[in-house]
Amino acid sequence: MPKQIDFTRSILLGFLGLALFIGFWQGLSAGGLVSSLFLPGPLEVLDRFTDLLTRRFAGATLPAHLAASFERFAYGFVLAAVIGVPLGLLMGWFRILDEVVSPIFDGLRFIAPIAWVPFAALWFGTGIGGPILIIFAGAFPPCVINAYRGAKFVDPWLIEAARMLGTPNRRVITEILLPASVPSIISGLRVSAGLGWQSLVGAELIVASTGVGYLMVQGQANVSTTTVMSGMIAIGLVGLALDTALRLAERIILRRRGLET
Amino acid sequence: MIVLIMLWFLATSATGMIPEGRFPSPQATIAALSHVQFRGYAGGVLTEHVLNSLRLVLMGFVVAIATGVPLGLLMGWNRTAEALINPIFLIVRPIPPLAWIPLAILWLGLGDAAKIMVIWFAAFVPSVINSYAGVRNIEKPTLEAAAMLGTPRWRFIREVMLPAASPMIFTGLRLSLQASWTTLVAAELVGAFYGLGRVLNVAQQDLYPGMILVGMIAVAILGWATTKALGIFEARALNWNQAAVLAGK
Repeated sequence: MPKQIDFTRSILLGFLGLALFIGFWQGLSAGGLVSSLFLPGPLEVLDRFTDLLTRRFAGATLPAHLAASFERFAYGFVLAAVIGVPLGLLMGWFRILDEVVSPIFDGLRFIAPIAWVPFAALWFGTGIGGPILIIFAGAFPPCVINAYRGAKFVDPWLIEAARMLGTPNRRVITEILLPASVPSIISGLRVSAGLGWQSLVGAELIVASTGVGYLMVQGQANVSTTTVMSGMIAIGLVGLALDTALRLAERIILRRRGLET
Repeated sequence: MIVLIMLWFLATSATGMIPEGRFPSPQATIAALSHVQFRGYAGGVLTEHVLNSLRLVLMGFVVAIATGVPLGLLMGWNRTAEALINPIFLIVRPIPPLAWIPLAILWLGLGDAAKIMVIWFAAFVPSVINSYAGVRNIEKPTLEAAAMLGTPRWRFIREVMLPAASPMIFTGLRLSLQASWTTLVAAELVGAFYGLGRVLNVAQQDLYPGMILVGMIAVAILGWATTKALGIFEARALNWNQAAVLAGK
């Protein structure tokens, strides 16, 4: 049975766990058990990371690569949200559209976003269009699905009440359907940001000439494990920041609408 | 579906609205399919590529759940383990599985081992998180009842914890499986000797749209089929669990 342990102890244990993890990592590389070419120690990686902040590698500094990646991500994500959310809402609202679009959508959904890479390369070369298409492919489905669920599972009482009061169709959509599906849409956006960011990394590993993914591929080609690991850290940090920002936005919106205390 | 195929036919071969070099017509796709199946492409025939990809996904997936589910259960059950492991997990988790690909290639080369490692990373995280959440969300009265009745530890694990957590565990497995496919395709696109990702990669270099589409469809069908298979397995396993719980009472 789960036993309660107090807060200070859990914090201490957490630090202990981290210390063990990092110590083990440092020990492996410093003790000469594995070559530092294979697994550089945490200090070496940190050193390389700070170095990359100012020194150019694969054509740009780390922040510049990140900026390039983020720009692509923003385009793809915004495009997915702008097309996906209205489509999902309409599918939830108009049954005909649901029946026409759903089978196509379900078929496309099982194609891993990364499998669009060859077509992206064929259609756009290595320009900005390719990565955007792949981010779009990653971020689009959660937008559609959550908006659809939001619209589909609106409390029927609300709609019936509105109907009974003679609310016109257009106002039912803007004043009931849309507000009622906001929580679901927001959580869909959060999921799609995560998937989009991940797809971007994959896309950049394969077709790109800037961006963090490209930095990592170049690091790999030069057998610079520290560079690869610095790239991983940067990607992880940005992904974490994105997720935190969207979680915060989610909470603020829900709270403002009185859905969460 | 039929409408879609007709539209596809109309837009490509009948009217030539979309040029053949951009998106293949249905005939070109079927020709590519027979090409890869009967004459072989990118180092093997289609069935070989499919079997190879399927084998890697299943191996990575099995390794991931064999390590991830027990770890998640342990973290859910034992607060000390949770406090010890969770921070490490929080640090590693934001790194997308695809970002491990260059490191895996550096460590293990282009062979199967690197793919299994990346798939393991991809599938590990969802199986840990969901098993953990599954145990953590067991209702308190259930735990208290078991404690009050003096249920021995191993019976508690087998008859209370596992059945109660299994719906969440299966959710985790489904996410893991999807992550496994995405990651495998990406890993094979970056570098491989065969597999569906390899087919896609060679087709991209050869500017062969029909073959690209065949590869994509194959990936989609496999992803769908394995998810379906997991769903069937889940339905059986959960039924069995419920029956066992009822019989035990």
